[in-house]
Amino acid sequence: MSLLLNMLAYPFIVRAFVVGALVSLCAALLGVPLVLKRYSMIGDGLSHVSFGALAVAVACGFAPLWFSIPVVMLAAFFLLRIAESARVSADAAIAVLSASALAVGVVVTSLTTGMTTDVDSYMFGSILAMSRSDVLLSVTLAGAVLALYAAFYHRLFAVTFDESFARATGVRVGAYKTLLSLLTALTVVLGMRMMGAMLISSLVIFPALSAMRVFKRFRSVVLFAGGLSVVCFCLGLIGSYLLSTPVGATVVLCDLAAFLVCAALGRR
Amino acid sequence: MEEKKILLACRDVSLGYEHKPLLEHLDLTVRAGDYVAVLGENGSGKSTLLKSLLGLTPPLSGEIDRGAQRAGQLGYLPQQTPAQRDFPATVEEVVLSGFLNRRGQRLRYTGKERSAALMHMGKLGILELRGKCYRELSGGQQQRVLLARALCAANELLILDEPVTGLDPAASQDLYKTLRYLHDREGMAILMVTHDVSAALREAKTILHIGQKRWFYGTVEEYLRDESGRRFSV
Repeated sequence: MSLLLNMLAYPFIVRAFVVGALVSLCAALLGVPLVLKRYSMIGDGLSHVSFGALAVAVACGFAPLWFSIPVVMLAAFFLLRIAESARVSADAAIAVLSASALAVGVVVTSLTTGMTTDVDSYMFGSILAMSRSDVLLSVTLAGAVLALYAAFYHRLFAVTFDESFARATGVRVGAYKTLLSLLTALTVVLGMRMMGAMLISSLVIFPALSAMRVFKRFRSVVLFAGGLSVVCFCLGLIGSYLLSTPVGATVVLCDLAAFLVCAALGRR
Repeated sequence: MEEKKILLACRDVSLGYEHKPLLEHLDLTVRAGDYVAVLGENGSGKSTLLKSLLGLTPPLSGEIDRGAQRAGQLGYLPQQTPAQRDFPATVEEVVLSGFLNRRGQRLRYTGKERSAALMHMGKLGILELRGKCYRELSGGQQQRVLLARALCAANELLILDEPVTGLDPAASQDLYKTLRYLHDREGMAILMVTHDVSAALREAKTILHIGQKRWFYGTVEEYLRDESGRRFSV
């Protein structure tokens, strides 16, 4: 308890707690349909695009968030189209796009400011990255994701489970998928500076995978994934404070541990 | 004899890709109580036809009147996707999702919908499976779940896309028996795309055969006398 109080005495840690917990919650909720629809790679692709956009924004002196959010949303829209089209092989296209975005980011940074600690913190995250406006934005985002999720829960289920049936019975499938990818884009941009571009996609994928091992009901999977994700984030943050390790990596290790436990439970 | 209600009608419809029609001048009317099997070789345009009948792709020309779908009375049994086979959802959750098209923007299913879902599950013999996970069911059971979902969506017309693909012979026979029950007892009109010619000839009343720019639409007896039927059913 005194440990928590000690930690919470630092305003930047409080901000990290708030933003991180909310981003983890959103990422896990969005992750369930993404993983089930075999779109896990989209989250990964988006984080790399987000890194590129951030590097360009810093180099050109734009406000980082306000520049990367539209760029990543555009990429999300694009990635979804790629994943759906039968003509190109989706995984290859996504891999090409993420590598290119990463390369653009690295080249732009080394041409301007040089490979500094900034780049390192984009790649692997930094707890110091959260500003007051980030907190505001992530509270808004979390509110939006939760509200949309609740309002469209049954439709999201239908679209995730069976697109052709949903389409045939008059659900506007395209609109829901676009919504899903745009919300994912927002979540990735917000979470990436704390978790790091290399690690943010794990927030999307791990909780959904863990929950699917243990639960058989879609609603339980969604609720458990959200809860687990927040718990793992908090444990990771405390762990990183104790061990002086980077937050992003510590959180991912917590998620991995939770996944292994769930996988073992699911096998029984 | 009074004419039965028209559920689905194609008038002079051409289907295909861009400027390559697969099928031309198709006229087709599905009325209440019909049982139609759609036969044809691979690539003859069966799936394109199905997509157009469901309103997913517009025909190249002609007019399709989807009366049943407009009235929210169309149930569809699509082919299973690989992603569905390990989907974490209970049978009840899947079946209830069939009501989505009728419910507007309400957030929860009503008690009436829940009891109707139970009734459909009972009819298809999957009531005791309702708390089970979809991915733990056999192929035949999964088809029944999807059929129950289709029943929640409709009580006039069912469209089925190769419903017995991947089922073993016993499960296939069970499925045909169930369809026959729904058709005979519940008055459900059925349109089924299939590769299973002998079952189509045995179960259906009408055959639509499509292939190589020509098509045939008529009763099973007429079909067996027709050239395409003689070639296809030997």
